[in-house]
Amino acid sequence: MSWLRRLPDLPLWPMLWKELVELRRDRMTLGLMLGIPAIQLALFGYAIQTDVRHLPTVVLDESHSSESRRLVEVFRNSGNFDVVRYVPDRATLRRLIETGQANAALVIPPDFFRDIRRGRTGEAQVIVDAADPLASAAALSSAQLAGSARALELTGAGPPALDLRVRPWYNPGLRSAVYIVPGIIGVLLSLTLVLITSMAIVRERERGTLEQLIVTPIDKTSLVLGKILPFLLIGYVQISVILVLGRLLFRVPILGSLPLLYLLSLAFIVASLALGLLMSTLVRSQVQAMQLSFLFLLPNILLSGFVFPRQAMPEPAQWVGAALPLTYFLTILRGVLLKGVGLGELWPETLVLTGFAVGLVVLSVVRFHKTIE
Amino acid sequence: MSEPAWTDAVVAEHLRKTFGTLVAVDDITMTIARGEVFGFLGPNGSGKTTTIRMLCGLMTPSGGTATVVGYDVRRDAERIRRRIGYMSQKFGLYDDLTVMENMRFYASIYGLHGAARRARLAELVAELGLGDRVDQLAGTLSGGWKQRLALACAVAHRPAMLFLDEPTAGVDPASRRIFWQRIHALAGQGTTILVTTHYMDEAEQCGRLAFLSRGHLIAVGTVPEILAQFHQPTIEDVFIELQRRDEGAVV
Ligand SMILES: Nc1ncnc2c1ncn2[C@@H]1O[C@H](COP(=O)(O)OP(=O)(O)OP(=O)(O)O)[C@@H](O)[C@H]1O
Ligand SMILES: [Mg+2]
Repeated sequence: MSWLRRLPDLPLWPMLWKELVELRRDRMTLGLMLGIPAIQLALFGYAIQTDVRHLPTVVLDESHSSESRRLVEVFRNSGNFDVVRYVPDRATLRRLIETGQANAALVIPPDFFRDIRRGRTGEAQVIVDAADPLASAAALSSAQLAGSARALELTGAGPPALDLRVRPWYNPGLRSAVYIVPGIIGVLLSLTLVLITSMAIVRERERGTLEQLIVTPIDKTSLVLGKILPFLLIGYVQISVILVLGRLLFRVPILGSLPLLYLLSLAFIVASLALGLLMSTLVRSQVQAMQLSFLFLLPNILLSGFVFPRQAMPEPAQWVGAALPLTYFLTILRGVLLKGVGLGELWPETLVLTGFAVGLVVLSVVRFHKTIE
Repeated sequence: MSEPAWTDAVVAEHLRKTFGTLVAVDDITMTIARGEVFGFLGPNGSGKTTTIRMLCGLMTPSGGTATVVGYDVRRDAERIRRRIGYMSQKFGLYDDLTVMENMRFYASIYGLHGAARRARLAELVAELGLGDRVDQLAGTLSGGWKQRLALACAVAHRPAMLFLDEPTAGVDPASRRIFWQRIHALAGQGTTILVTTHYMDEAEQCGRLAFLSRGHLIAVGTVPEILAQFHQPTIEDVFIELQRRDEGAVV
């Protein structure tokens, strides 16, 4: 209560005001914050969309089930795999690839359908002719995307047996851009937000303004929140830019509630900003801050499920992924945008992200010392 | 919250600060009385800034104790911060805020709001002659004006004690004179002032002086006392003599 009564007089307000004025005058940062998402989206989106197309593919379907046929369909629809032949056995498959008549093969084992029906992971194998490493890498990642997009559908809602049918509105071509753009929102946000706040305190330290600031009676909470909150705005502008561009350029659907998405993004944005601030208390210079942010970007791209499905990762990698706020935010983004699900399905992720946000803010307040040592 | 009664603005005992193996401040014991203008002199790297930073609660002492305006620097740094003003050696205000914005920011941080803040800011603008510059970005001010602005921000909350770390470095003689007139005016109102300087004419305007050399306090006293102690005609000669001893000690 006493804190509430003190609220109007807290140093938080002048701190917020000062940060906003500085932000407004810092055209460079502002431009970067708004330009980066647009450029990155175009790069990522097109790079991934212009995968190798029409790879001659043979199929060995030992499952002979509706789900195996559906998987073949998914691969065919991705535009990257042209099914040229169904083969009866592995020998034929090997011969066709060796002779170059096919560059890729999809092998669906007999128990594929049974596994899926029992709620286990159905395993299929993709073989790619690796003679051309670039083409095969592209084919592999596109296969992975097709597979994980299908997996996303399968685990979407309800008992799996009832959910094998593909909803006609959902990305029938499994265009990779549709799958990747929501992920880009998350990756970009974590990069830029962590980057700006990780610089925030070291910049003041380097310019010598921090010394003058912390010699005042400003409380640490006001200082930390004053550094974080103005960038909420930036985060929301970035989300909006990517959503609009994703829709215009890649026809990414927005099936769920947009206000819900904005609400759930709050926890992720605050968590990212606080993480950046925490880094800021660990480094000595802006250069170090930048290096640390980019170091942090790597696991986010590789282990969060942005490109590679987490289920397929070795356990330690999954643990690291579970420690990244982005992992949970990706589930929220894809859930709301691509599957149209709501808080009913996404509350665990929301809870974890809120935990991250609160924990990281508290930690950065605790870690921050009003000394210049 | 009862205010401790204090007569000495600063009481330091065996104050010490080390950075790794470097001893920046060693065994400083001194007292600064309420209302004094106390000058801190010493060659570059002698530990003036480090001592001030410990007194302001910006650095934790490695050894010894100190109280400032009655509060312990280790335990009560926040209480000290409410009652002191500090001008850092390097200009520490925001280049991309205007003169008035900087002043308003600092006044607000110190808890001034509304009409009281407006009145205080107007008063400061008048006292420091900042009237023509209020809308100029602080980063575009020349050295002397930056220092006046920094002083205005440091005294916005009428601190009981003021720490000025080389406030007139790189400032032209006319501005330095104005600056020192402000210092004397503040002292006249009862503000205790600790000021560091490399200008001997400024040193001579201090009530008492302290000479630092390689982290040690080697002399404290009024100008005549110091002159007598070192058998030198002027403060400048004392300074040069000390510097010579310093370098001698290195060899
Ligand atoms: N943060 C720090 N880390 C390591 N060494 C430091 C640090 N701050 C100061 N020093 C060292 O401590 C010594 C005293 O420095 P200090 O800045 O207190 O001197 P000074 O008397 O203020 O000098 P000047 O007249 O140049 O301002 C110097 O040798 C300096 O290099
Ligand atoms: Mg100094």
